[in-house]
Amino acid sequence: MNQPTPIVEIRNLNYAAGGRAIFKGLDLNIERGKVSAIMGPSGTGKTTLLRLITGQAVPDSGSVIVAGKEPSKLTRPELYALRRRMGMLFQNGALLTDLTVFENVAFPLREHTTLPERLIRQLVLTKLQAVGLRGAAGLMPGELSGGMGRRVALARSIVMDPEILIYDEPFAGLDPISMGVILRLIRRLNDALGLTSIVVSHDVLEISSVADMVFLLSGGKVVAGGSPHEMDLNASQIVRQFMGGLADGPVAFHYPAPDYFGELLGRDPEATQ
Amino acid sequence: MKDLWNKILDSVITLGAMVRFLLRLIRETPRALLRVNLIIQQVFNAGALSLVIIMLSGLFVGMVLGLQGFQLLRRFGSEEALGTAAAIGLVKELGPVVTALLFAGRAGTALASELGLMRATDQLSAMEMMAVDPIQRVVVPRFLGGVIAMPLLAAIFSMIGIYGAQLIGVQIMGVDSGSFWSQMRASVGLVDINEGIVKSCVFGIACSAIAVYEGYHATPTAEGVGRATTRTVVTSAVVVLFLDYLITAAFL
Repeated sequence: MNQPTPIVEIRNLNYAAGGRAIFKGLDLNIERGKVSAIMGPSGTGKTTLLRLITGQAVPDSGSVIVAGKEPSKLTRPELYALRRRMGMLFQNGALLTDLTVFENVAFPLREHTTLPERLIRQLVLTKLQAVGLRGAAGLMPGELSGGMGRRVALARSIVMDPEILIYDEPFAGLDPISMGVILRLIRRLNDALGLTSIVVSHDVLEISSVADMVFLLSGGKVVAGGSPHEMDLNASQIVRQFMGGLADGPVAFHYPAPDYFGELLGRDPEATQ
Repeated sequence: MKDLWNKILDSVITLGAMVRFLLRLIRETPRALLRVNLIIQQVFNAGALSLVIIMLSGLFVGMVLGLQGFQLLRRFGSEEALGTAAAIGLVKELGPVVTALLFAGRAGTALASELGLMRATDQLSAMEMMAVDPIQRVVVPRFLGGVIAMPLLAAIFSMIGIYGAQLIGVQIMGVDSGSFWSQMRASVGLVDINEGIVKSCVFGIACSAIAVYEGYHATPTAEGVGRATTRTVVTSAVVVLFLDYLITAAFL
């Protein structure tokens, strides 16, 4: 297959929230079986993009097609059927705080299947083993560190064997060790389970080390996309600024403001404009 | 003037949203009833955990009623009517109303902040992503738990209240025990008790619905959760007192 059909296909997407246009004609293809990273400065709508892919938000115009279906056009049961094929790791793990680690991972199984207890136990323990936390099965979410919580959430999101696994800022606020653990898990789970992974992150170096494809969002569009190596060679200013972490560039350091000296000298800001 | 108009419009819209939410809860109720253990857990959370505060308050309210009632009735030389006065006052009014206010303060705020926190920490979104409807799995059992617990709590409140009135009136002030109880039995009718039951059921539905509505729709921040709990208590109190007037009028 030379041109495999993308598992997520976004065409000419427009979306506005609170009167502010977030996406203006965004196009994006995410290929099956790969780890795709979506990066971009804060406030460019990376999380919103995930909400559109998972059908938690509805595009104003354009289309989002996930595994051949359009989430915004599905009825609730159809949408839920589609979501069973997706797993999502939330920024802070979003574990259910009144259940133990074991019950958290078992939660989707108990809600959606009538498997016997013995089988549920086996499935849950294998997934916990995969993220290295089988020993923590009896703990409550409050007793876990941030990194451990996220690994439990990861176990929970793969327990139903999804086709697509979505990570929303999986490294935010983690220490380097936990970060390395999650990073390795993203790659390993993707290859071992034959998943398609979508990772939203702005940890450029880390994510570049595991991703197959990197997309850079800015100003409501994908401004650059390609393998991490191609991105390193990309000469456009915005890519250079983002990949290099430069303070000033196309994304300005200064929030728009009236003339600096004028304001310091106490002139009427209205008059200086 | 325009601000005032907008404010009125806003509150009407909120009221409409609440009623629609309540209808949605009721629509989901039959399916939620299939999972009894989830509901039992919530009856425990809303009911058993409010029990101590309800019983203590019931005792004190009853004792005050005994004292005030005795002072008042003595002026007319009819201390024996204390039993009737206390029972009617508690069963018809104080039982349901005070219990509802305490319930909103104890169980309602707990519900609102729990749901608000689940919203703020993405637990509700995570459930939706796991193709589990949070309304059905989380909200409806909590709502039903409150609806079931509230009348039971009101009954316990009234019972303890009557005991408290008896404690003061009979044991301390020396009202005749026989006439205290027999007058009560003779003059408190089924209608009075029904009024109390209807009130406590309606208040239970109102308080639980307000609490889960505010919690479920809380702004997902620490500040938003705090505001949701505050609004739960304030809205519940006003709604309970308003409904109390309506039901009292309807029973006349």
